[in-house]
This record gives sequence, C-alpha cells and structure tokens, in this order.
Amino acid sequence: MPKRDDIRSVLVIGSGPIVIGQAAEFDYSGTQACRVLREEGVRVILVNSNPATIMTDPDFADATYIEPITPEVIETIIVKERPDAILPTLGGQTALNAAIALHEQGILARHGVELIGAKVDAIQRGEDRQLFKQLVLEAGADVASSAIACSVDDAIAFAEEYGYPVVVRPSFTMGGLGSGFAHDEAELRRFVGDGIHSSTIGEVLLEESILGWKEYELELMRDQADNTVVVCSIENVDAVGVHTGDSITVAPALTLTDREFQRLRDIGIDIIRRVGVDTGGCNIQFAVDPATGRIIVIEMNPRVSRSSALASKATGFPIAKIAAKLALGYRLDEIPNDITKVTPASFEPALDYVVVKVPRFNFEKFPAADATLTTTMKSVGEAMAIGRTYAQALQKALRSLEKRGSSFHWEGEPGDAAALLEAASVPTDGRIVTLQQALRAGATIEQAHEATGIDPWFLDQLVLINEVADAIRDGDLDEGRLRLAKEHGFSDAQIAQLRGIGEAEVREARWAAGVRPVYKTVDTCAGEFPAETPYHYSSYDLETEVEPSDRRKVIILGSGPNRIGQGIEFDYSCVHASFALSDAGFETIMVNCNPETVSTDYDTSDRLYFEPLTLEDVLEIVHVEQAAGELVGVIVQLGGQTPLGLARGLEAAGVPILGTTPDAIDAAEERGLFQRILDGAGLVAPRNGTATTEAEAIEIAERIGYPVLVRPSFVLGGRGMEIVYDTAGLHGYFERIAAHGIVGPQAPLLVDHFLDDAIEIDVDAIFDGDELYVGGILEHIEEAGIHSGDSSCTLPPVGLGRAQLEEIRGATLRIAAGLDVRGPINVQFAYSAGVLHVIEANPRASRTVPFVAKALGTPIAKANARVLAGATIAELRAEGLLPERDGTVLPPDAPVAVKEAVLPFRRFRTADGRMVDSLLGPEMRSTGEVMGIDRDFPTAFAKSQAAAYGGLPTSGTVFVSLSDRDKRQAVLPMHRLQQLGFDLVATTGTAEVLGRNGIAVRTVRKHSEAAAGDGAEPSIVDLIDAGEIDIIVNTPSGGTARADGYEIRASTVAGDKALFTTVAQLGAAVAAIEAAREPFEVTSLQEYHARRSA
Amino acid sequence: MTTPAPAALVLEDGTVYRGTAYGATGRALGEAVFATGMTGYQETLTDPSYAGQIVVQTAPHIGNTGVNAEDAESRRAWPAGYVVRAASRVVSSWRAEGSLEAQLAEDGIVGIAGVDTRAVTRRLRDAGAMRAGVFSGDALESVEAMLEAVRESPEMTGRSLAELVSTEEAYRLPAIGESIGTLAVLDLGVKASTLRYLQQQGFDLVVLPQGASLEQVLEHEPIAAFYSNGPGDPAASDAQVELLQGLLREDLPFFGICFGNQLLGRALGFGTYKLPFGHRGINQPVLDVATGRVEITSQNHGFAVDAPLREQLESPAGFGRVEVSHFSLNDEVVEGLRALDIPAFSVQYHPEAAAGPNDAHHLFSRFRELVLAHRAGARPTGADTATDDVRAAASHDSDSDQKDA
Repeated sequence: MPKRDDIRSVLVIGSGPIVIGQAAEFDYSGTQACRVLREEGVRVILVNSNPATIMTDPDFADATYIEPITPEVIETIIVKERPDAILPTLGGQTALNAAIALHEQGILARHGVELIGAKVDAIQRGEDRQLFKQLVLEAGADVASSAIACSVDDAIAFAEEYGYPVVVRPSFTMGGLGSGFAHDEAELRRFVGDGIHSSTIGEVLLEESILGWKEYELELMRDQADNTVVVCSIENVDAVGVHTGDSITVAPALTLTDREFQRLRDIGIDIIRRVGVDTGGCNIQFAVDPATGRIIVIEMNPRVSRSSALASKATGFPIAKIAAKLALGYRLDEIPNDITKVTPASFEPALDYVVVKVPRFNFEKFPAADATLTTTMKSVGEAMAIGRTYAQALQKALRSLEKRGSSFHWEGEPGDAAALLEAASVPTDGRIVTLQQALRAGATIEQAHEATGIDPWFLDQLVLINEVADAIRDGDLDEGRLRLAKEHGFSDAQIAQLRGIGEAEVREARWAAGVRPVYKTVDTCAGEFPAETPYHYSSYDLETEVEPSDRRKVIILGSGPNRIGQGIEFDYSCVHASFALSDAGFETIMVNCNPETVSTDYDTSDRLYFEPLTLEDVLEIVHVEQAAGELVGVIVQLGGQTPLGLARGLEAAGVPILGTTPDAIDAAEERGLFQRILDGAGLVAPRNGTATTEAEAIEIAERIGYPVLVRPSFVLGGRGMEIVYDTAGLHGYFERIAAHGIVGPQAPLLVDHFLDDAIEIDVDAIFDGDELYVGGILEHIEEAGIHSGDSSCTLPPVGLGRAQLEEIRGATLRIAAGLDVRGPINVQFAYSAGVLHVIEANPRASRTVPFVAKALGTPIAKANARVLAGATIAELRAEGLLPERDGTVLPPDAPVAVKEAVLPFRRFRTADGRMVDSLLGPEMRSTGEVMGIDRDFPTAFAKSQAAAYGGLPTSGTVFVSLSDRDKRQAVLPMHRLQQLGFDLVATTGTAEVLGRNGIAVRTVRKHSEAAAGDGAEPSIVDLIDAGEIDIIVNTPSGGTARADGYEIRASTVAGDKALFTTVAQLGAAVAAIEAAREPFEVTSLQEYHARRSA
Repeated sequence: MTTPAPAALVLEDGTVYRGTAYGATGRALGEAVFATGMTGYQETLTDPSYAGQIVVQTAPHIGNTGVNAEDAESRRAWPAGYVVRAASRVVSSWRAEGSLEAQLAEDGIVGIAGVDTRAVTRRLRDAGAMRAGVFSGDALESVEAMLEAVRESPEMTGRSLAELVSTEEAYRLPAIGESIGTLAVLDLGVKASTLRYLQQQGFDLVVLPQGASLEQVLEHEPIAAFYSNGPGDPAASDAQVELLQGLLREDLPFFGICFGNQLLGRALGFGTYKLPFGHRGINQPVLDVATGRVEITSQNHGFAVDAPLREQLESPAGFGRVEVSHFSLNDEVVEGLRALDIPAFSVQYHPEAAAGPNDAHHLFSRFRELVLAHRAGARPTGADTATDDVRAAASHDSDSDQKDA
C-alpha cells in the first residue's frame, strides 16, 4: 500500500510547554514527524505554543503557528490553512486532548478534516478506563480486580478474595483525597469507614494491590495492513508503585524468559488491534506477579510517548518518524531501516547492549515537597546510558545525572544495614545508592528484595559492583584491575575515591596501561548487518567501530539531563550549532546523554556519542576522534552549565576549545575580575561582595545594606539563590544550604545589594572580538528578584525608550569586549531609579536564545555557533544569515512576543498532603515556557496566558490581598477590573485602601482571622475552595510571616485558578483580559518573516 | 571476587578471544554461528538444530532466569560450544528449577564468558560462518595447537547430523482433543513445541527416527507426513529426500519446517546452498507472498533452498507447479515453499517459535485444514494453505494457546 495521495497538507499539533510528564521528547517526535512529512512533499502546518522547540523553527514547517493549543485557536488555523488532515499522535497528551476536543466540538466535521495516526474511537478506547478494561478482558488478558463497596463487610469479603494490601479509593472526592493502601483488616475497616463517610455517594472503590510487582512496557507499531512489530521492551527496575517516568528502567527486559516475554507480546498485539491504532505507535504497560507470573495490563497510550522516545534512542528505531510515514499510508515493509539502509522497518530491533535510564529530580527546589516516589510523576528529566552490561550502563547513567551523591560510593563506613534497608523501603530519589550502601553493609539480596520488591537479579548486580570495588581498592593499579573496574562501569573518579588518590592519577595510570574505551555502534540488529549510521557508545571491549574521516571536525557538548534551569533551550542551541556547522562544511559530532532531545537523534549530527558529560568520558571521545581525523575543537558554550564546567579540564588536557576561552568564562564568574572589567567600562553593579563563610556574608550584607540577593557562583537556574532581608534570614540561609555543599572556598557566595522595584532586562548578543550583534533585548514583566527563567518577559521591551536601549547596547558591547568574548553572551541588567546596573554576564548561550530567535525571526543560535567556530558577524551578514540591523531597536510595527513561564507546583505535595507554596523567587522553578506573539503587548500577553494556563477569565470575581508597598500601584488596575465588570473581594486592609479610592469592594475575612458571630461567614480560603473566585491577586510582604498567603495560594493552585503574585503581573493581566475579549487572530512565523522582508 | 578459570575461543581464521570458562571445561569444536535473540537462551540451547555448532549469543546477559523443564525443547542442550558476554551469577524467576551454568556442565557444553561477542559477530558477519573451538582447563593450549585442532575439525558443509539428534526408536504421542488421524513425524531434530502444536491440531503423532524407510513410515498408516527442523547440510541427506519423494508420490499431505523446508526443496528438485552467516534470531521479517503480510519470525538456518522468487516454477522432479510462498525481507532468501499441484508446503522459519514471536502459529492449523480437506477427497494443494484470513487463524490460534496453558 503506497502513500495516500489525498493528503497534501497536514496540521501537526505539538505538545505545548515543557511540564513534568510531558517534556522535550515531544519536540524530538514532532521534529521527526515534520521532517518526514515535508520529505514526502506534504505541506506541514504546525501549532505549538512552545518557542524553545526545534520543531517551531520556521524551517521545519510550511506554516508555523506559535499560538495557544486551544480548540478555538486551532479552528482559526484550520479555517485559514485548510489542512486535509490533522496528526495528533506526536504531541503527547496535549495534542491528543486537543484532537478529542476538536471532535467533540464538531470542528473536525464542520471543516471536513480527518484525524490521521489515530481515530477518535481508538483514542477513546485507549484512554477510557472502563472501555479499555473491557477490551483487555476480551483479549484474554487480565486487569487489576476491583469492586465497589458500600459497607465495611463488602470490603472485608473483597480482601479475603484478593488478599492485602487493598487499595481504597473513595468515589467522587477531589485530588485522590482519602485513598490509601490498607495492609490489614484493622486498616481496611478504618479506611473504608472513613471513605464511605467522606464519599458523596457513600461508597468506595476497592482495588487489588499490585504494589511490588514487576513492571514492563512494550513499544509497538502497527500499519494499515495489520503488520505489527514490538520495537522495544522496557523493564522497570523499581517495582510497581513508582511511576515509570520516575523509575530506573532498563532495555531490553532482562528478567523474563522467552515464553513470558512472548505472552506480553501476544497480549500487546491483540490490544493494539482491538483498540484500533491503525497507523502508528503505542505503548502498553504490564505488571507481572513475581511469585506466579500472573500478568495484568496497566494501561496503554495510543500515541507516541516519553517511553517511545526512550525506545527510539535505545534501539535506533525512530518510532515517531515511522509513525508519521505510517500515518501517510505507508506499510512497515515499504519503509527502509535508517541505520542499515538495506533492511526494512518491518522488524524488531535486536540489542547487543544494555540501556539504562535514570530519572533526574529537582526536589531541592521544592524543599517542602514530599520526595517519596509514587504513581504521580515528579522527575523533571532523565539520563540514559548504553553499556555492554547492566552494571556498566547503570554506572554510566548515574554519573550522567551530574548530581552530587548520585553515583555509587565507598566512602567511610556504610552504616547500619537494617537502617539503610528501612530507608530504601521507601522509594525516593537516590534509593539505588542507599541500597548499594545497605548491601555493602551486609544486607542480603533476599532482605533487599523484601524491602524494595526489586528483582534479585538487579540486586545481585549491585553486589557485583560492590565486589569489584573491593577487588580494585588495594593492590597494583595494573591493567587487570583497571579493566575489571571499567568493564563494570567505574569512573576514574570512583576508582580514585576507592584508592584515596586523585582522578588525574588514575587516568594517567589507565592511559599508561593502555586501558581505554572502544566505541560500539547502535545498529538495531545486534551486528547482523553493517550499520551506516554512526551512533556510538563506549565500552571496555576489544574492537572500536569509529570510522576515520578526513573532514574537519567539531565536537558539540550537549546539556545532559533536563533539570529546572537547564532544559530544552540549551539543546536548541546545540542542535542549531550542529546544523549551522554542518552547513559551513564541518563534520559535526554531538555528545549528550539525554534521550528526550533532538540532539540525541542520530539524524541531527554527523556522529552521535551517547555518553555521560564528564571530563573523563569527553576526553576519551576527543582521543578517539583525534585518532580518526582532524579535530578543530570543542564547543562548550551552548549546553548550559554542564559543558561550561568541563572547559577548564579540557583546556588543561590540551583540547582546543572554540570561541570564548575558559579564562574569559571564569572572569565573568569571578567577582573581583568582573568588577574590574565593569570599572574599566564605566558601568555600575549593585554594591556587592564575595563570601565563603557565614560570618563573611553577614559582614558584607551589613556593609552594603539589606535586602541582599545571595547566590552561589557556578550554578544555573538560581540554585540556592535567595533575597535575604536581615541577619537572621542570612543565618537561616546558611543552615538550609549547609547540606548541599554549594558554597565553600572553591565556590564562593555572591552577596549583592538587592535593587527593590527595579526593571530587569536580559540581553542576548554575539560578539566576534570586534563587532557586537544584539540578538534581542528582553524586558521582564516581574520586577527584579524573580528569577529570569520564571519571569514573563517581552520582546521588544514595552517600557524602555530608544535611548535606554542604546545605553544597554553600549554597556553590553563594553562588557563583551572587556571579557574578550568570542561567541554568545547574555547580560542581565536592572534599571533602578533610572540607573542601569549590571547584574551578571554569562559568556554562553542563554535560556532565551530560542525565544529571541522565534520572536524576531533571526537564527541567532546558528550565528552563535558560527562565531564560536571563527566566523565574523560581517561574514554572517554577507552570507545572509544575519540581517543588516541588529535587535537593539526594532521597527515600530514589529510584533510583540511575550514569554511566560510554566510552573510545576500542582505536581508536588508536602509530606502531610498539602500543596507546596507557589510564590516566585530568585530560585528558578519553572519547567517550561510558552510564547504569545501578536501586534501589541496586551494581546501577546493574553495569548501567553492562554497557552500557559488555558486563558484568563474575562468576567467573574477577583480577590485581592496586597502588601502595603503594593497597595498604591494596584489602585489603577483594580479600578479597570471593576470597569470591566468584575466583582472585587479583598481583605480588610486592602479593601480600605481601594474603598478610599472609590472602588467598591466586598470585605472577606482572612483565613487566620476568627470568624465573627456564629462562624458562618466564610474565609477567603473557603471561597476559593468553593470555586467562587476566578482571579486571585496576592502579593506577599517581604520577609515576614507568609502563612495566610500560603493558604490562599495553595487553594488557588489546587483549584487551578489564575494567580498573580506581583503588581506588575496584575497590570499586564488587566490589559490582557481586555484584549482577550476578542477572538485571537493567528499569524504564522513565515508570514511575520515575509512582512519583515517586505 | 574469585577469579574464574581462563578459556579461549579460537576461530578458523586465527582470531583468538580470551575469556573465562563457563559450563563444562574442555574442548569443543564446531561451526561458529551467532544468534541474536534477546530472550530464549534455553530454547536455543535445547533446539537440536544447533548440534555441532558453537553458538555466540549477541544478547549480553545470559542465564538470568535459569532453566526449567517446561521450556526445554528437547532432552538436552545440543551445541558443541557456547559463547556469551556476561553469564548470570544468580537465577531469578518464579519458574526456575536450576542454573544454566549447571545445565551446560551437565550436558557437557564447553562455554566461554566475558568475550566481546559483538566483535566475534562482526567477524562472522564479514568473513562468514567458520569453524571454531572453545578451549578451557587442560584443553587450553598454545594458540598454534588450538588453531590446528580447529582447522582439522570437519566443515559443516556436507555434514549429516540428523543421526546425532534423532530419536532411536519410533514413539507415539496422542492427539490433544479429538483425533483426526496419524501424522508421521520424521525426527531430524524435532522440538517439543512443534510436537505439542501438532498434537493440538488433532494429530496422533508417530515420531520416527531419521533413518526410517518408506515401508516403516507407511506401516503406521499415516494420513499425512511432517519433517522437522534439524542440524547439518541438507545436501547430505539423500535418504530423507528419497523418503519424502516416496511420501509425496503416496499422495500424503506434507508440512515441513526449517530442515524440512530444505528437504522439500530438494525433493521437488531444487538445490540448496550455504548462506554466508545464516539467519539466527527471533526478529526476522518474512513476507507472506499470498497475503502481503509481514510475519516476525524465529529463524535458525545456515542453508537455504535455491529457487527464484516471484514466479511460478515447475518442479524439476516432476511434482508439478511450485512457488516460493515466503521470503526474507532482509535478504530475499527463500523462507517457504508451496506446491501448487500436490498437498505439500513448508517454511524455512519456525512457526512453533520457542524462542520467538508467535506470529506464525496459524501454519499448524493451515496444515490441519489441508489434511482434513484431503481426507474429504477435495484434492487440495499447497496453494490452499495460502489463506487470507489471518485474523481468523490467529484467533483460532489463541484458543489453542489457552488449551496449552
């Protein structure tokens, strides 16, 4: 069956902002899909609100809409573009939900647009629990048994049949309230009694517990002719009970016999047929009882998923790309296997290596959050590693996390085995290391299995690693010991730690002994056919497969696992470097360990090394590449802090670093050096000092005056960054960070006087040693003090005059020249009382590069890479890569783009089940961003809100509670809200001020205030909980007790209402609410580009 | 850590890979082949087709789930030698009854662990299957001595190995469910799953030794005949080819698997040849020419039938028209034959899987239908096995799976 010829244009729906559970993997899948569709001659129309994605680059679609993914906006696009079909299976749950909404609102039928990839009924069969359960049973497979109980006796009868624990879920309560595991009859009586009481309909749902079972996932693909293949099996090392996104997982499955695996495969194929996924991929999760082998189907996703991105990287089988081709009507056997080129895609990859994925958490950013891992996903990123054995892959994956304490260690005494096992019985970030310590302390595999449910095979691998550690601790560091260590994945740093010597010493001994890695190839077929695609991983084996090349090569170091502060925006820069340098004639080599990204697509660069980003691993790649041809240099400035942190070590090892030198990178971080550069340039910074101890910090703070902004050097995303208002607060700060080791003699703390009420500005620019090209100047909507990554911002600035813009440009130029930058530079400024202050400068690509590129249509990421590799701005201008005028002052009719951050607060609960506080601060906590672009700021801001949070209400009730310093400024916006027809509610103090300004306000009592009279009067928290408030404005007062504010914000987040915590946001929101009263118009990036060129 | 005993894998071309002893110690000589299945090492080892070979497993971790009686495809493990990357130190499975290492030792399989199996595989892929030896214990000698032993060992080409693996005495197995008659099974190295699937199709089985004569077969009054998989070079099996020609002339419906496919090819008058490095894995895509569908199949063959694809052929041995019913999508090797004038068909891959996907189970029910139609006097041919209704066949199949369980 060849390609359908009735599909000439396709609307691809992206996945929107990066959130926990739906991240960069959908940029990878969407980018692949767009590429494939265009190669097939299909006109591609794309909608995605996320500007940080590769897929939203204008090169990947014919019409790119960075617009909110709402049914209304999509309908407007459909009317304008008239696509033949919509492809919703590559944009995660967001796209799938949008497709269902389009169907339910009759939009698909109205405009005669077909869904391809998955039909509505197939999506519903996969997503509706009841329908799906029925279908699983029809397939002869099993689901967890469940029953409704209306009495305690019902529940006890159920438990007698299925055993304890029993999962108890009260019907119709919110947010999983009251659900839990009953481990015995007493608990069951209590839970069921409470549950029936709290349920509005007097019943509870009982479910057989499958906690502790083995968990597996299969990735399947099916074509129109019903050819079905299983691309990959994935086994969760953590037992059922931990979300698969938060589990350590391994591919292929390692603890099933063929008979058991084939049973999963048969069930999977039967289910994909019954669900009716005709063309494309799906994943199915299974639980297997380790005692009996009983199989339960947990769920399926009728679309490309996070796991399918992992499976694609793990096997070399590009699921999203094939899914897009299948959607056009191709059959699997008509599509060639990319890697071998000679065999078809209708096969099942065979792996001759082991892939381990480990999750990356950011609990340190949410200290109040309960860090226990559950069935709600909490990780923000992941690292993947490939090794020839599980031990090797696991150790590589753990060091890829780049997180203190994430690797196995043998320091000191391990502690008490029983206590360690007890700790490991609760799944948390880092449990695997706790387990390794428990086994080291003498716990047996049986005990460890009992405590965790982890399969004994995986536990034995930890024992093996501990045994290897013992074998290499003493005796000569000879070839035998080194090989033993390396074959089991030990890093030089681990060997050094075991032997009490330096890492460099180990490396020297290892090189002298000739113990170096070889590089194997991911080839989909376990060596059966030659691989044409150089996708490599290291192992300590016999034979290397890296082919020599006579081209000039550049290595680009990626950004590692996504984490808050270092996400997809950096991958964007790395991917563009690869594209731009390839266009400029270089052979590009990518090194990264993040399976979610476009950079680790083997199609992106000429060669891909899926390896940890540590000095050791990178040096080995440099070595093998230097042996195989001419290496021009390594790029460290595009992948965020991760590669930047390697610059010094690489340079010391004689590796050429392209662009800005490690010295210049350090000068920007080193306070004294940087101050001298500012002095020389006639620029001012906030009064500041550098401390390595608490006493020093207090001395500085008292000298420069509170409030102070404290921030550790060499961190990204504002880790450990806070505004401190007094000495007690500074003391508290040092107590909080003590455990993290982020401040010390090698990593001093920067203490700055905090500029209250300042306007913060971000500049992204490129400097070639002579000329400065300003990519864009961004004005933050929130005042200084909110981390730039969490702040919404606008480009062009809406509150700065031409003279100020030129002043900013001049300052940026002097800083870039002073630091001797060659390549990208990002500078943060603040205007306070009319004076331009320099906050910080970073000679690297910033988080805002993709936003600037999309907002202005300038390929600055490509230009960054070219300048790093030696091109001048004049040359790039002559090539047409950069426009004549830079982005300092834009034409008056330029569109306005607003970036809004998306925050993950709803994901987290405190240990006692409450929401974590959602206040913004100097430490970044957003996971992703959206862009709204339109002719003016209010409309662009309204779009950004619609894209990030589903839009602002245009009528209803506003609650307002302001700190004293904000009261004056809020009068005008509140007045306007009233004119727009909103009802206003306020706490006493705020109500008084508004009332005196002629604004009618209803007073409501604070949560902490005693209720008057009989207590019937509801507090503000009660009103929010009751859904009576649509917009909440709550600005916190600095440094004092925030308890009331916390209750308000927690209820707001729980109720998913609009929340503004700064007056600046409020002002923007009021303008946006007015703008949002009209339906949004849509404009593609290509149209903006045409207007610019006109 | 205790240091395990050293071992070496020596290839005919002089390449030496060092590792550690696994299973039995001593010397094993045979043809080195690689198998790419990621599951099913026990089924692989107990598949008699691997007799005389040194099996290199590309999957790095072997032995994790131990061994059990249920998954054995025959009474013992057959390969001469066994090569793995990482041998499991523990056994983890609710069905396990022992460790793989113990079984290898018991069956005298000389193994080697800790070898860069990918490097070996790439060598075999590029240079072709070759003779090799695994050496450990006292047999671990100088490279020259070991290489000499390898070079003196027999080539696989021209080797008849059926007598090594076949049953010595005929035996019977009853049909599961209602019997439709007796099926004569020539045991060239048959697997337990194959027999079970045939029983489930209602056949009373009489399993005959590889040297059975036409008279010996016919005295069981079979309603059909079946040739199993097995080791060795099909060109060295003249007796079985003659027997098959006799059975076809007796108008018995015939189904063959793997070696049985090669022997049907020869009986129909086609030649066979040795593949460069064979097909051994459980992920092999095969196109069913009649339906246009792809089956993911389990395969284990080093030889193949030499017949042109995509055209109707005339049997050089006078059995009428023939077509290639299946071929490999990877390299277009013949994977199945269908006679168009007599009731005979065969496949080169393993519909019984074990190890491998169950996509092709329906071939057993096709055989049953062929036999039933023949018995009813309908004069069916191999062409009638080319049913389009795969879903019906598949659902029928899952019924029989449940019976099995």
